[in-house]
Order: sequence, then structure tokens, then C-alpha cells
Amino acid sequence: MNILVCVKRVPATGGRITLTADGRDIDTRYLGFTVSPHEECAVEEAVRIVEKHGGSSTVLTLGPEVAGEQLRDAMAIGIERAVLLETDGADWDPLATAAAIVDAVRALEAEGETFDLLLFGNEAADTGDFQVGIRVATALGRPSVTGIKAIEVADGKVVARREAGGGGWEVFELELPAVLAVKEGLNLPRYPSVPGRLRAKKKEIVRMTPLSRAGGPTKERLRLPEGNESTVEVIGQGAAAAPAVVELLTRLGVLGR
Amino acid sequence: MILAVVEHADRRPERLSLEMLSLARRLGAEVGEPVEAVLFGAGATEAAGQLAGRGVSVAHVVEDDRLAAFAPVAWATSIVQLMTARVPSIVLAAGSDRGSEVMAHVGARTDFPLAANVTDVLPGEPFRITRQRWAGSLLEDAVLDAPTKLLTIAPHAVAIDEPATGGTAASAAAAPILEPFAPTLTEDDLRVAVARRLEPDRSGISLTDARVVVGGGRGVGSPEAFSELEELAALLGAAVGVSRVVTSSGWRPHSQQIGQTGLRIAPDLYIACGISGAIQHIVGAKAAKRILAINTDPDAPIMSVADYAVIGNLHEVVPAISAEIRRVTGR
Repeated sequence: MNILVCVKRVPATGGRITLTADGRDIDTRYLGFTVSPHEECAVEEAVRIVEKHGGSSTVLTLGPEVAGEQLRDAMAIGIERAVLLETDGADWDPLATAAAIVDAVRALEAEGETFDLLLFGNEAADTGDFQVGIRVATALGRPSVTGIKAIEVADGKVVARREAGGGGWEVFELELPAVLAVKEGLNLPRYPSVPGRLRAKKKEIVRMTPLSRAGGPTKERLRLPEGNESTVEVIGQGAAAAPAVVELLTRLGVLGR
Repeated sequence: MILAVVEHADRRPERLSLEMLSLARRLGAEVGEPVEAVLFGAGATEAAGQLAGRGVSVAHVVEDDRLAAFAPVAWATSIVQLMTARVPSIVLAAGSDRGSEVMAHVGARTDFPLAANVTDVLPGEPFRITRQRWAGSLLEDAVLDAPTKLLTIAPHAVAIDEPATGGTAASAAAAPILEPFAPTLTEDDLRVAVARRLEPDRSGISLTDARVVVGGGRGVGSPEAFSELEELAALLGAAVGVSRVVTSSGWRPHSQQIGQTGLRIAPDLYIACGISGAIQHIVGAKAAKRILAINTDPDAPIMSVADYAVIGNLHEVVPAISAEIRRVTGR
């Protein structure tokens, strides 16, 4: 099984987002960077599948040179090879991103290795476009499915499950090669070991220059949603607050009888 | 014409589709175009009949036997064929799991851009949209330039309009005209479909349907200590949900995670215990009507979205609340 995992470098936001003065971007001066939890699980799954079935694992990102950090994070937990589609750091829309990944997959496969499985996060943490994996799959003519939280590989097929509305699971069987967009919960990603980090630091990253194309939507500005803030009423301290809480539950009508 | 992809379950339109239709109806009035719907699979005819008063003029019903099981590409191919036949200016669906997936396939097949999780639209030239980033922690104002505008509508971002009734204009209250639509589907369109379903474990109350949710975060401290939250939940008929740190630590299954990479909940009351309130968690809980935070830190970010707070150690506060409920109700 040869697996390609696609990830995206995003700021590690926490309690509050601050925008740059022109309102076009997140102010990242005080933030670290990471990939989305969905993608952390995609990377872990690729490592596990290759551990179990053999084959190779490759991680790919489209982004500026510093996105090499995220590629090294993936190599630190066991991904063998990394590909950087290097940009100047400007935003790439989903059509442009998908086209660049398709070009890269074709170029890498022209060198002789076919990827049995392409893994994507279900949606990027920042832009949340929900479409790059499907656009790549469609262009390559490979079957795809999204929202995946369990994967089993056997006999040239992949059995993939996702949670169904109202509970339960929907099960899909796809012929390989295939494309899956996965969600957090697929697995519990491991932490990198110190030797793993050292190994990753020394590894080479394959660099390619992607061709840009316009797609859309075209961002004009970002803003924080209004009306999220509320005034909190402190109804008590410690265990002594219990009667006040029960009174509140009764008032809100959520306490039966 | 505006084409709306309506999802349904148990012969009724889904809530997120009704939210989407409210926006579609407003858009139709603004641009002076009718809204038509498309519905797939068994029960589509009955569900289409329930759209009376929601501003839908025609409902295209695709009741092909091959679509009994959900097949994302076949849905997309059908929509693309309807686009060719009816030439809509806008095609939109709910930003549900299926809506997002099918519209991405429509985008890929037409090579048109798709604006995902839209909260507002200003039609015209340029065609302006507002959409969610970071699952709604941030909004993006953007321009969409395409022959047909493809949109998904963010869940819980648009209020559902009451259906028009007989008292108003007769046409607004009318049920849509049902038109069967038979798409031309190939093997390729059908090669990805739900092969089988695994039924849910019906032991608990579903997090997304619960009127009350008791949430636990890092402050719970261990898998065992969740028994305190479960006791309170049982007394309230509530479901237990958790923050990301809890599932990342392996304390509880990921299916209970509330937040950007988990579930969006919309209960009447959310009781957040030992949850600091990272934005990734808040976006999953902000549709709750009321939030009660129980936390040792009065300055935790959760306090900026909470309506009520108890400052204190949840291991003391939560059992005390359960005991008080038992005392008051005699249970």
C-alpha cells in the first residue's frame, strides 16, 4: 500500500482570534502553527496502514517554505517521504489547490509509484472548504468518500465507515486506488519520539513549484462574528451553589416536575 | 431559477434543509426567480409534499431504485443534469455531511467554485457572500464569480421561516408541483454508494437531539470521574458530551466530542464542567440557548459565552447539584 497524505499548515488558535489591521488575515505573530486534527489522524492512519500492510507513505503540502515544519512533524511519527508544493504564502483557493495536487500526483506517479490511497482531512481547519479531496479524486478519476472515521484495507479494496445522521454507521467499499477525506476520531495519533524528531530533521523534502489558477471564492476581508459575547451571571461559589443551580434548572424548565 | 437540494429522513425534510430553504426563498424574492427543489430516494415524494408554504414552485423528485442507498456521485450527476435542463443561477444545499459532499462533487464535475458554509448572500454583480471560517469562529466576506453559483449553507446560521399558510397569497402557501426526474446514470456514477448500515447503539440520548447536555473537559481529570457527570445527566435526562482534550487523552470516545472537529449541539441548556472554552469547542456549543459554566477559573474564556456560572471545583459542585436534585424531587 502506497499512501499519500495531504495536509495544510494553519495557525494554532486558542482562546481568541485576532485579525491583522487590514482585516484580511489572522494575526499570527503570537501563534504557533499546526495541521487540523482531521489531518493529524490522516497522517497517523497512513503510518498504521504501512506498518500493517507494508508499502510507502508520503506527506504533501501546498504552502510556503516554513510549511516544511508540518511535513517534518508528519515524518517524525513515521511518514517516510515529504513533498512541498512551494508557494509565496498567499492564499490558494480550493480549485487552485486541487489542481496543484493533481499535477503533483501525476508527476510523482510518472516516476513509477502509484498511490493506492490518497488521504485528506475532511476540511481544513481555517478555510473549511470541504472540497479539495473530492476535486482531486474527480480529476484523477478515482472513487472518493468523505467524513471517514474507520478504515480497513483488504484485497484491493478499502472498507471505510462514517457516522450516519441519527447514530450508527454508513459503510462504503471502494476499489483501490481511492481517495478518502477523514475525520478526527479515526484513531488516536501517537506523539513523536525524540529519535523520530531527529530523523525527520535530517530528511530531505522534495520541492515542486505548483502552477496557480484562479477559482474562487475571492476573499475580501475577514471579521469576527457579532453577538457571541454574553454577560455571565455568577450564581454561586462551590458546593454551596447547588440550591441556586437547582432553582435555575427549574426556572429554565429542564428539571422534570 | 434557484435550485435547492433538499435532504429528508422519515418522509420529512431535514431541519438543515429547511434552514437552507428559508435563505433560498429570500434570495428568490430578491432576484425575482422561482425556487425549485430536488429530492432523492425513497420517501422523496412524501417529503416534497411537506414543502408547502416554503416558497418552492416545483419539486424534482428522483426516485430511482439505484438511489435507494446514498450515492454521492449519482446525486451530483443528477444535479448537474438538472442544471443543464433548467439553467439555475444558484444551486444550494445544506452544509450537512451529505450536502457538503454532494455539492463538492457538483463543483468538481462543473469545475465551478463552491462557497461552503455560507451564512448570507448579497446577489448581484459582483455576487457577494459571507461564509464561515474556523467553523464559525471567523466570518469571511467574499466574491463568487461563476456562471452558476454553488453554495452550501452553514448549519444553525439561518432561522427557519414559518411556512406561509392559506391566509396569505395562495401561491405562496401552495404545495410544489411534483415532477419526476429520471437522470442518466452510469456504472461510474454508482460505484460509490452506502454498501450497508450499522445500526446505532440505542442505549443513550443522542447528543444532537438532547434538550440538556452535560459537558466535561480537562477539569474532569480522569475517565473515572465522568461518573459524576453521568449521574447529573441521568437525573436531568441529559446527554454527556466532552471537549477535545478528553477524546485526545482517550478518556471518552470521539463520538462524544463537541466542537469544530466533533459535533454541533443545540440544546436548551449546556452545562460546561471544567471546560476552559477554546474557540474550537465554543463553535460546537454556541447554538445552545443557555450555557451554565462550572469552573474554578472565573476568567476562563468559557465565561465570555456563558449565561450563568458557578465558580468552584466541579468534583464538589456537580455531586452537590445531583444531591440537591434528589432532595428536591425525592428521587
